[in-house]
Amino acid sequence: MTDAQTPILEIENLSISFFTRTREIPAVMDFSCKVMPGEAMGLVGESGCGKSTVALGVMRDLGRNGRITGGSIRFKGRDITTMGERELRGLRGREIAMIYQEPMASLNPAMKVGAQLAEVPMIHEKISKADAWARARAIVEDVRLPDPDRILQAWPHQLSGGQQQRIVIAMALMSRPSLLILDEPTTALDVTVEAGIVDLVRDLAEKHGTSMLFISHNLGLVMDVCDRLCVMYSGEAVETGDVVEVFSEMRHPYTQALFRSIPLPGADKSARPLVAIPGNFPLPHERPPGCNFGPRCDYFVAGRCDAQEIPMLPAGGAPRHNSRCIRVDEIDWNAPPALAATAEPTPPGEVVIEASDLRKYYETSPGMFGGGTAKIVKANEQIDFSARAGETLAIVGESGCGKSTLAKVLMGLEVASAGTVTLNGDQIQQLPVEKRGPALISSLQMVFQNPFDTLNPSMTIGAQIIRALEIFQIGDSAADRHERMLNLLDLVKLPREFATRKPRQLSGGQKQRVGIARAFAGEAKVVVADEPVSALDVSVQAAVTDLLMEIQRKNRTTLLFISHDLGIVRYLSDRVLVMYLGHVVEIGTTAEVFSPPFHPYTEALLSAVPVADPRVTRKRIVLQGDIPSAMNPPPGCPFQTRCRWKPLVPGDLCETVVPDLRRLSGGHRVKCHLTDEQLATMEPVIEVAVG
Amino acid sequence: MLKFLLRRTLTMVATALVLTFVVFWLTNLPPNLEKLAKSEGNARMTDGEVISWLDRNGHAQPLVKRYGEWLGVAPGWTDERDGVTSGRCIARGAAVEDSPRFCGVLQGYWGQSTVFKAPVSEIIATRLSLTGILMFWVMVLMVPSALLIGILAGMREGSKLDRTLSTVSIATTATPEYVSGVILIVVFSSSMVGLKWFKGTATSAMDGITFENFFLPVLTIALYGMGYIARMTRASMSEVMTAQYIRTARLKGASFGRVVMRHALRNALIAPFTVIMLQFPWLLNGVVIVETLFNFKGFGWTLVEAAGNNDIQLLLGCSVVAVVVVLVTQAMSDVGYVLLNPRIRVS
Amino acid sequence: MMEKLGWAAIFSRLALQFWPVWLALLAVFAVSLHYRRRTGLYGRLFESPLGMVGFGLVMFWVFTALFADAVLMFDPLSQIAQMKNKVPGTITPDGGVYLLGGDNLGRDVFSRMVMGARRVLAIAPAATVFAFMVGVTLGLPAGYRGGRLDAGLSFIANLVLAFPVILLFYLLVTPEIQLTGLPTALAAVLFLFPVIFFTMLWNSRFFTHPAKRNLYVGVTLVLGLWAWSGLAFNADPLGVWTMEPNMLNVFVSVVFVNAPTVFRIVRGLVMDIKTRDYVAAAQTRGEGPWYIMLWEILPNARGPLIVDFCLRIGYTTILLGTLGFFGLGVSPESPDWGSTINDGRRLLTIAPHPAIVPALALLSLVLGLNLLADALREESLKD
Repeated sequence: MTDAQTPILEIENLSISFFTRTREIPAVMDFSCKVMPGEAMGLVGESGCGKSTVALGVMRDLGRNGRITGGSIRFKGRDITTMGERELRGLRGREIAMIYQEPMASLNPAMKVGAQLAEVPMIHEKISKADAWARARAIVEDVRLPDPDRILQAWPHQLSGGQQQRIVIAMALMSRPSLLILDEPTTALDVTVEAGIVDLVRDLAEKHGTSMLFISHNLGLVMDVCDRLCVMYSGEAVETGDVVEVFSEMRHPYTQALFRSIPLPGADKSARPLVAIPGNFPLPHERPPGCNFGPRCDYFVAGRCDAQEIPMLPAGGAPRHNSRCIRVDEIDWNAPPALAATAEPTPPGEVVIEASDLRKYYETSPGMFGGGTAKIVKANEQIDFSARAGETLAIVGESGCGKSTLAKVLMGLEVASAGTVTLNGDQIQQLPVEKRGPALISSLQMVFQNPFDTLNPSMTIGAQIIRALEIFQIGDSAADRHERMLNLLDLVKLPREFATRKPRQLSGGQKQRVGIARAFAGEAKVVVADEPVSALDVSVQAAVTDLLMEIQRKNRTTLLFISHDLGIVRYLSDRVLVMYLGHVVEIGTTAEVFSPPFHPYTEALLSAVPVADPRVTRKRIVLQGDIPSAMNPPPGCPFQTRCRWKPLVPGDLCETVVPDLRRLSGGHRVKCHLTDEQLATMEPVIEVAVG
Repeated sequence: MLKFLLRRTLTMVATALVLTFVVFWLTNLPPNLEKLAKSEGNARMTDGEVISWLDRNGHAQPLVKRYGEWLGVAPGWTDERDGVTSGRCIARGAAVEDSPRFCGVLQGYWGQSTVFKAPVSEIIATRLSLTGILMFWVMVLMVPSALLIGILAGMREGSKLDRTLSTVSIATTATPEYVSGVILIVVFSSSMVGLKWFKGTATSAMDGITFENFFLPVLTIALYGMGYIARMTRASMSEVMTAQYIRTARLKGASFGRVVMRHALRNALIAPFTVIMLQFPWLLNGVVIVETLFNFKGFGWTLVEAAGNNDIQLLLGCSVVAVVVVLVTQAMSDVGYVLLNPRIRVS
Repeated sequence: MMEKLGWAAIFSRLALQFWPVWLALLAVFAVSLHYRRRTGLYGRLFESPLGMVGFGLVMFWVFTALFADAVLMFDPLSQIAQMKNKVPGTITPDGGVYLLGGDNLGRDVFSRMVMGARRVLAIAPAATVFAFMVGVTLGLPAGYRGGRLDAGLSFIANLVLAFPVILLFYLLVTPEIQLTGLPTALAAVLFLFPVIFFTMLWNSRFFTHPAKRNLYVGVTLVLGLWAWSGLAFNADPLGVWTMEPNMLNVFVSVVFVNAPTVFRIVRGLVMDIKTRDYVAAAQTRGEGPWYIMLWEILPNARGPLIVDFCLRIGYTTILLGTLGFFGLGVSPESPDWGSTINDGRRLLTIAPHPAIVPALALLSLVLGLNLLADALREESLKD
């Protein structure tokens, strides 16, 4: 056994490079960290910062092109970097286990779950098949999966995403490893499911005394799970220390800028806007000399920051808190941020778009094997809302809640099954997009989610915007449209040279700006933004969000902001609409929705979102089970299968009757059977400590 | 599942009907019939004699009716002339009353070959069994070696072994049977090179198969298909090897052998299985070429003879067999794909 | 006993005979290597050794076909009685030399091989282009719209694919068929697809500029229908476009056999690409279906299609060889590789060279195309 003083994992000055035919690309440089027994270490950074490479380096699984070029990784005192293949195999799975981002992809589709689990001890401990299966069953129970015998006999695709991730966790725990590496274990999951997984991981690690290396881009999640943290930027660790210490007394400009660019409770789009980090993440072969963050840093001093490689320096007062900033002792870390341009909140105008009792049902065709009759999927049920000019209405919900279907109906890609959608007084619910005139189409536009997919890869940026202008019948000559296109690039703050570039030459954030320019080409009155920033890195999100709101303010556009990210919703929306399984369960102003009384689902959703702020205390409500399938929704209230308030409702009301969308006060409405008195007893989920 | 099979079968029957109808139409075009009349009757027939010959032998009826008769769903034609009743279903000299009303493919009557002067069904049965033996050995040689090459190459993508095997597979797919056959014969059986290891013809193999007389034709067919299957297997294998669950298996501590055998193989073989099945129509091509080249009088050789000599009934019979073989293998590939892939099976 | 050159002399004379080809190859490689950084995927071909070999082989045959008149040494059809089945390097009575020997009629094997290249490269790429036009024009709507249209077209495609190719050739490429006018009817349908394709292409893109649209569509229709009338019906009033009946028959059959496979590939690609956001973006800005298919989807499917195009030319070459091998649709004197192999195979064990030479020629061209396709695939996946 290791005593408490020897670290489980000690990485010293680790450098990892990938080699292409033409050059060496350093992915990780001079990285050091230490994980003590029972400790959870968080590794935080944006995509491309090298955090996953560190994890794979620890596993010595860097592929054909990756190589450790310097430093050492010691696991319980043994150097992993010099181990032979056989010794390494003994370590993998038995001493160090890994959990990955995509649970479905990490399970073998052609092997039963039980066989995949039992394999681990059979390889390492040479125990019999029966014993291995018995242990698998015990562990499946441990990860709180119902009906373990059925699960063991199931194929991976028969389980839901949450269940799959629990199986991956079970697999990692099969041989009781002393170090668990988790690489974005919940990124592919819904928030309410994520909360359950995070709880489970924390409890199990505590129970078995397992150390963890927890990799995430989500600062809030890291605060929830980890004791210590290491922030990475462009291949280097820039700050490391105790989680609470770093979060409250950050000592590196990047960490600080990162925190200022994420919407924490208290941020407000008009009074306290986010501060975006200027510039772009440097490509691995274009890193600047000296401090990698230098070109984007507010505290940059030429001649010092770019003069030499910056070492890790002790920071703050606490032990084991280090920062890779040469000016760590000079900067006044408590100075308030230079206030970004604030703006007056815009008063909402006329109602521009309105939906009333909108429904969208799909008939699923019987699959390849027939399998009975066609099923009706109720993707949208009784949707009622209205939005005014200049207003931002957020539509919030997890996967399968019907928010994307709603967007399709509004855009005319699908026609409604019942109900009405009124845009500027005209009913459009039955008009598919082919039958809409250019004026209607250009006034109702959309910004898409995936920046890598939103632009046609084989057409230049300029041509794509000009095409939108042509279709919208804007501009009277080619020259005029060209001029307008350049103006649109100005509007989204992209250099005019980009007109002749192809999308692959742009970064994700830049592509998303082009997508915004295209949507606003016809001076759209209503813009549906479907998760416009969720695929972007944290530091880019703020800039794109700000841009979107700035244009909105200028044009008095109505923004329908579809998102699953409650942080950003709270920050930018005026009103919020919460959806669950096709139903609107709550609608109201942002303040009304984010404070009690809530719909029970809203309450759970709010409590599930991790907040990266040590001053915030949060009530933990972990929902049981997964979101039911929209193909087979529960009878009665859609949320009744997971609701913790259900026992308070008399009889089987929840199981049989769909509640009305009841008005609580003003525009605040809730779809719930609870009485006003019961709702009034609800407590706030999030409280910000003053001071 | 039952519904799926039913629908699959219905599509198959529809396809078979359409295809045989097209073949029937193309083989019974007026110029072909005219040729038939002249070769059966008299080479110097006048146009009028041709028309009357065709009329006498039931070829003047509407196309659909003739197709129905051939298929055996319409009653065979009869013709009464000079007090003698002849008809499709009436054998020479047999009484009208003893003859069946229907006689077509469905009743087992496949017609009479004009070239071999024998019933088509008999010819096809003997010829097909010869080709069956050839196909069997082709499969025995081709499938395991192709899978092995594909798996070895795809196992470590980009390695030297991969590059070598991939180039070999590309080369074999670039070599049609009539090229590889010619080269193989020249190298292994001509007096010019002088190796003389094998025989340049397979005529003697019809009586008794030996390694010497049968290896070259088998190899010739196998080579062309082998490269293709190997490339598919390699693509599938190398894709599987980059899958996340393979990394999972590796990071469980499984050895490379175990990763390949237990985790990669089954997933990697799903795609090539379909390909192997769909190779059958291809093999048929190879069979025709190789049987012609090596003078092995099997099914393919018969098809060429029938087509070259305007033997309508025999050509129709060959086409039915070919189409059925293709459709059955397609169905097998579908069903096999479902059985191999648990993701589809249960849903 | 006639005089005869040694193998070394034969090879050096052969190498010398190809001088225009070497010159052209040299020029192409020099230019391509110089500009490889700026020519995208084509340029990256020159980073892979196998890709360069493949490209070199293909271009070798292309230039051989182009400069065939300068490369060959004898008329490929003229026979010299004394030269029957003579071994490579035999000197002819009038002092010339049959570098690769004479065939069973005393014709020069080398010159026939060179002319054969011209014949193959005149048909195979063109037939492949037509097959692509048909496959793309039908595959796009089948994949994009789905439903009944897709079911119907897929059924037809599967019908054609279920035919063993050789049977189809025996049924389609016969002199009797030509009498019925079936090849002409097929040609009339198949050759119309390029016209439809380009009309749709210009119309969907430029309907917002009527003047430009009318010009493009007008030129397409005039040129297209002119060529169509000539190729399919041999009714070109000016006599520029024409195709001899045998050739038309072969051409149509090869297009007919290839089109369904292209259809299936395009359909699959479209079903994948149509789920992308930029397609949804085009839909939400009110683009018509043909614009989305031809300008949003098709350009982004070009990678796999280019690869398949190379493979398919090779495959078409093999098909043409098969036709020649069975003597289908070729005139008896024709120097095409397939029928030369067939002529030569009867005496294979005694005089193998008349069959081996075209066999190796065909092999190297198809191998080049396959290597090229493979390198293109590898390089395009590296992004």
